[in-house]
Amino acid sequence: MQMSLVIDANKCTGCLQCEMACSYEGEGVFNPTKSRIKIFPFHDEGIFVPYTCTQCDEAWCMHACPVEAIVINKATGAKEIVNDLCVGCKVCTIACPFGTVNYNADSGKVIKCDLCGGDPECAKACPTDAITYQDANWTGYDKMKDYAAKAVPAS
Amino acid sequence: MKHVIIGAGPSGVVAAEQIRKLNTKASITIIGDEPEAPYSRMAIPYHLIGDIEEKGTHLRHAKGHFKTLNIDVRNARVEAVDSTNKTVSLNNGADVSYDKLLIASGSRPNAPSIPGIDQAGVHSCWTLEDARAIAALAKPGAKVIQIGAGFIACIILEALARRDVDLTVVEMEDRMVPRMMDNVAGNMIQDWCVEKNINVFSNGQVMEIVKVDGDHTFKVKVKTPTGETELDADLVISATGVSPCVDFLADSGIEIDTGIIINKNMETNVPDIYASGDVAQGKDFCTGEYAVQAIQPTATEHGVIVAQNMVGRKGAECGGTINMNVLDTMGLISCSFGLWQGVEGGESSTLVEKDKWRYINLQFEDDVLVGGTAIGMTQHIGVMRGLIQSETSLGKWKDRLLENPLQIMDAYLASTHTAAIR
Repeated sequence: MQMSLVIDANKCTGCLQCEMACSYEGEGVFNPTKSRIKIFPFHDEGIFVPYTCTQCDEAWCMHACPVEAIVINKATGAKEIVNDLCVGCKVCTIACPFGTVNYNADSGKVIKCDLCGGDPECAKACPTDAITYQDANWTGYDKMKDYAAKAVPAS
Repeated sequence: MKHVIIGAGPSGVVAAEQIRKLNTKASITIIGDEPEAPYSRMAIPYHLIGDIEEKGTHLRHAKGHFKTLNIDVRNARVEAVDSTNKTVSLNNGADVSYDKLLIASGSRPNAPSIPGIDQAGVHSCWTLEDARAIAALAKPGAKVIQIGAGFIACIILEALARRDVDLTVVEMEDRMVPRMMDNVAGNMIQDWCVEKNINVFSNGQVMEIVKVDGDHTFKVKVKTPTGETELDADLVISATGVSPCVDFLADSGIEIDTGIIINKNMETNVPDIYASGDVAQGKDFCTGEYAVQAIQPTATEHGVIVAQNMVGRKGAECGGTINMNVLDTMGLISCSFGLWQGVEGGESSTLVEKDKWRYINLQFEDDVLVGGTAIGMTQHIGVMRGLIQSETSLGKWKDRLLENPLQIMDAYLASTHTAAIR
């Protein structure tokens, strides 16, 4: 069963606990700037939008990598960075049309959501179920995937 | 079905793997002219820095990767293509026949016509072999002159600087990275390099490289706007751009302009011969015209699409690739996308913060993003590509971006993800 992160912006209160949990899991620090999931506040509209990688089928980042440092985790479907192989060239950060691969100057490598190996901390930390980890078949995952396919014509 | 691929770079390798994915039985041969495992030129600077070993530049890491996929990788140089008899002839005397041929021969460094350019101690930085020669000469304290300040030139600056060489860059144009960065950005990168103790001569020209006896290997004559000067050098690196490798196609009947002209199915004017990557003059998504884009994302995207066409899958068309680059010049990170120079009748939005080494410029046509440049921004920059390629109508967010281009991510989310804030 493929699981996916499901995001419901309407439930997000902007508490940033997901960012804390993510940065702690990924980098060992409580620092939102090191989080793979980001909350974007829209103050005028009164809405918070959590945003991270949808693990899209196209995997632009993975194909663009010149040294095979992005691979698919067969169990979770996540596209994962292999730190030992990543040279920090950043091509994936421009190739991903969703802007979900970011360069981390401290490590000299890129970071992206890896679904925490199948137990995403952001979803566990979210107190309002704005972020949940669910069976991909009955969630909005397909909708997001459709969007991903449409956003960039499969050239 | 016999698929033959000329070139063992990213485009050829991705194409071979995709062909295998689509057809388990086809015969697939890659012919590469360097005596190395297929590798990525892009990774060479990181090898020069010492971050990775040579094998870290390899395109694939699993032992026996190509053998497992039953892809035959041969080391030879293709000397000619005979499209009538459907064979390619190799420098070892062998002929290889094909049913479908992919030319992914890449590009090679331009050789500027400078007296003295062809001698030991003057090197390009293009192949692993070049990297070995540079590593041997770029010792701490060595005087290094780099001709050219383009993308490749800039990306190896850090590698050289970290080797503690005394570095001088001579660029013919008025700024660094002129084909990727606008005036403000190119000059900002130049200022950054100067702060990092690199001598930069823009509007400069290397006139002659003379071998001398003495403490240093060469005297290099440089013409600058203020006169001529003579510099010592132990190593000269020539990095004045690259051009498609097409010379072996002279009598093939394949139509060549700057690169090999391909149609939307990536096929050349000669049936059953395709081209991809640096050597191909394919469709540019932004201009609709056919141009050479010698960049990694285009090479791999081409590789995926050409494979589908080579195995005869219908409807696999290339809608056009986007010119884009990201560059790390000694820690200053810059990128540009699409029509970063702007379009006639378009609008633009700019923020320059010289003290923070930050710059962003967005280019619009109506309310659609068509190009962008950024310095000092590393988070979510891919959305520029997303907005350009999806031709998303930005609506009211375009006006907000005209006021503050840093809101690019908000504009992206608002116009693509969440109806409530559109």
